[in-house]
Amino acid sequence: MPSVINVETTIATMAVELETMIAARGIDRPAMIGIRTGGVWVAQRLRQLLKLEETVGELDISFYRDDFTRIGLNPSVKASSLPFETENRHLILVDDVIMSGRTIRAAMNELFDFGRPASIVLAALIDVGARELPIQPDVIGHRAHLEPDERVKLVGPDPLQVEFRNKVRT
Amino acid sequence: MPELDEHSPVLQLNRFDHLRHFLSIDGLSRQHLTDILDTAETFIEVGTRSIKKVPLLRGKTVANLFFEASTRTRTTFELAAKRLSADVLNINISTSATSKGESLSDMLQNLEAMAVDMFVVRHAQSGAPHFIAESVTPRVSVINAGDGRHAHPTQAMLDMLTIRQHKGQFKGLTVAIVGDILHSRVARSQIRALNVLGAKEVRVIAPDTLLPVDVESFGVTVFNDMAQGLDGVDVVIMLRLQKERMEGALLPSESEFFRLYGLSEKKLKLAKPDAIVMHPGPINRGVEIDSAVADGPQSVILNEVTNGIAVRMAVLSMAMSGQIADLAADEEVL
Repeated sequence: MPSVINVETTIATMAVELETMIAARGIDRPAMIGIRTGGVWVAQRLRQLLKLEETVGELDISFYRDDFTRIGLNPSVKASSLPFETENRHLILVDDVIMSGRTIRAAMNELFDFGRPASIVLAALIDVGARELPIQPDVIGHRAHLEPDERVKLVGPDPLQVEFRNKVRT
Repeated sequence: MPELDEHSPVLQLNRFDHLRHFLSIDGLSRQHLTDILDTAETFIEVGTRSIKKVPLLRGKTVANLFFEASTRTRTTFELAAKRLSADVLNINISTSATSKGESLSDMLQNLEAMAVDMFVVRHAQSGAPHFIAESVTPRVSVINAGDGRHAHPTQAMLDMLTIRQHKGQFKGLTVAIVGDILHSRVARSQIRALNVLGAKEVRVIAPDTLLPVDVESFGVTVFNDMAQGLDGVDVVIMLRLQKERMEGALLPSESEFFRLYGLSEKKLKLAKPDAIVMHPGPINRGVEIDSAVADGPQSVILNEVTNGIAVRMAVLSMAMSGQIADLAADEEVL
């Protein structure tokens, strides 16, 4: 299925919004962190557009998920890598899709184990609603509505494409 | 111990072919071992954070059941469990009710009644962890922390992780294991793991009195002489001379042993120039290894200790994960 969203244009719009927001808050040199895997791709594009020098930090939230006691460990877990100090830094946390908000909760828990950030701004490429926790992104690229059996996925990294698919029933 | 290991694959793996207990390297495929190494690699990063803890096993309880003395293994299992946010019970067997005559199975049933989720077992009797894994409820996972002369699988895996970190891969590697092979559960597990992971050649170097009779059947080349055995090897693994296991006069003297089989700087020169030196600890300086080598630039002995925590975190979380998946599947069937 071809992408119904032009991902690069959407990210460019997000970058402009982010720039305005961090300028208004007086934030200098924010650090960019993406949630694996899709969030990292979006964060890398945003970093270029915002002309940030530092490498994008990569967060793998597998060890912080709230459903370990139901589904166990993600077998393809990789180490998180934050190539900068987060203590007292202003952070931009990026994910590809936000739904329940549980991934973001896990990501923030993990971030606080690296240090106490000065602030966190949340950016999501696609917001499909269906929130289960009181977590809202500061910057949203695109809002979409999903049917109950529908899933959305960012495919990449080159080119970045959004795919809507029906969930495979087992 | 062939009859023991025939049971391992069935016992250790859940219905999805994932780790559920960890009793022995036997019965595990290269993929299983690689999964353990990859997962351990991700836990190394956790150990470098300012808060060295993840919430993965929060609310789970791990009981350390050490029927035999251990410092390094027990403390690294304890640290591993704590860094996974599990609660840890250290049962001191010598002062526990077993010394008042309570049977092992009564003791295990009591721990199950306390809703303990994992047993980490060290026992002087080969096969004790297998026996326990066979008798526990489906809500318990058993990890072998060393049994008799049989196996010490987490030690072997932390050594494999250390080798992979320094050499990149196992293909093409020649590894020499030196010393008291006869009494060593570590050597048995290492030999098996190295062969499964595809090392080119595994050598054992020891006097005949410290070699098991059927040692060739393990898949090793046997050397009685250090000069020949160390020639061109990539990895030298020294074993501790297990004085507490010595029955009868297997050796003329410790100084004689060091002269023939101890690793000195001079003997190390026979190995490849970039060879690494390993030792499961505790080391007997001047008995099997010279201080200059143990503390020298080719020694990775302390890396092994650090890696021990990461490997034990991986095995604890994977076995717990395998238990959870099995229990969830059971519920679906009902």
